[in-house]
Amino acid sequence: MSKPTDPAADPIIVVTDLVKQFGRFAALRGVTASFAPARMYAILGDNGAGKTTLLRALAGLNRPTRGSVAISGSSNVRSVCREIGYMAHPSLLYDEMSGTENLRYFARLYDIEDQARCTAVIQAVGLDPQLTRPVGQYSQGMRQRMSLARALLNDPRILLLDEPFSNVDLRSAREMVQLLASMRDMGKTILVVTHQAFLLEGAADEFVWMEDGRIVSRTQDFNSAIAGQV
Amino acid sequence: MKLTRATLAKDLRLEWRSKDAINSMLFFALLVVVIFSFSFDPTAEESRQIAGGLVWVAFLFAAVVALNQTWARELRNQVLDAYRVSPAPANSLFLAKAFGNFIFVLMLECLMTPLFIVFYNLRALGPAYQLPIVAVLGTWALVVNGTFFAAMSLRTRAREIMLPLLLFPISIPAVLAMVEATTSILTGEYSARFWIVLLAAYDLVFTTSCLLLFESVLNAE
Repeated sequence: MSKPTDPAADPIIVVTDLVKQFGRFAALRGVTASFAPARMYAILGDNGAGKTTLLRALAGLNRPTRGSVAISGSSNVRSVCREIGYMAHPSLLYDEMSGTENLRYFARLYDIEDQARCTAVIQAVGLDPQLTRPVGQYSQGMRQRMSLARALLNDPRILLLDEPFSNVDLRSAREMVQLLASMRDMGKTILVVTHQAFLLEGAADEFVWMEDGRIVSRTQDFNSAIAGQV
Repeated sequence: MKLTRATLAKDLRLEWRSKDAINSMLFFALLVVVIFSFSFDPTAEESRQIAGGLVWVAFLFAAVVALNQTWARELRNQVLDAYRVSPAPANSLFLAKAFGNFIFVLMLECLMTPLFIVFYNLRALGPAYQLPIVAVLGTWALVVNGTFFAAMSLRTRAREIMLPLLLFPISIPAVLAMVEATTSILTGEYSARFWIVLLAAYDLVFTTSCLLLFESVLNAE
């Protein structure tokens, strides 16, 4: 675990009294938290705890019912969307196109003309940029890695990753964790929603435990975080 | 326009590979032509009177099949979210989808029109050069609203039923103008000018409205 910046530094993400309701169901019930730059956070919790909803709200995909989200000092997430890389549980990729074709398309959405950038991120996640078969024919693990490559495409300062290790074999998952740790060391802020907390032992700077739409504990100690789960 | 071109190229590539929309549209339109031709046995004069209605009803129904597919592939793997988190403007996506549907429906019309001419023994007695103008304006009227309402019904449970329920009532003025303009050109009995101007005005009003409202539709939860 490395600490390149002071955790007490100005937070890059500030969430204030965030409430998100879907009809009568409240997925988030007043989340207040701040996240410092250049740190990796593991967001843990049972199914339905509100982890994905929190991540989607940070990505600007869910409009808060109440409360606010500020990224890099701006409460308009849309205006800072270039600073955010978002990886969802589904792949967010077109099954009929190859990985490179997918990334070339998404690169254009970010005004990235440099084709070498697509090749670089595909290599960074350990895939072959020459692979021509459509994403629909990838294994689940390859799809997850290509999905991570898409999130890295715009070289974001903040990475929001929802279940990046699900269906990925242990060795590949550990490689992904190493990649994330190196990106954190380069100054990126990383929020990882996962049910596989053990993968982030020694890599995450802080473990955030959610329950019933609230953050109930934050700790830097992996064992305490796990104890909270039981 | 660069982003619109990129999304349009991507959609054309996906359609070329899957052929989902084109195949279902062609099959549907072909069925309508054959069934209508068995149902009626009109004289050449009667054909000219009814062909405008038959042609546009067939194209409208077939277009709905394609329009339902438009957003379906954006829902698979939630790819639409990748667009929503990007800085790309919503209108680029809308225009790309509308242009894509326009190309698909226009292709269908080019393929089906010769069949209509053969089955109904059609020959225009009015100014035939106006027919392509009616086709272009009419097709745009169908697809611009269709693309918009298909996006609107995207998150509804019965979206394939919802689309025609939303689209058909609002398309009535356009369909009326298309049918009247086509009939007037085929029969040569009156001028199609008024109906063509009406279609152009309809296109202008609804294209502007859709562009103004699309961002809200895209980000609706």
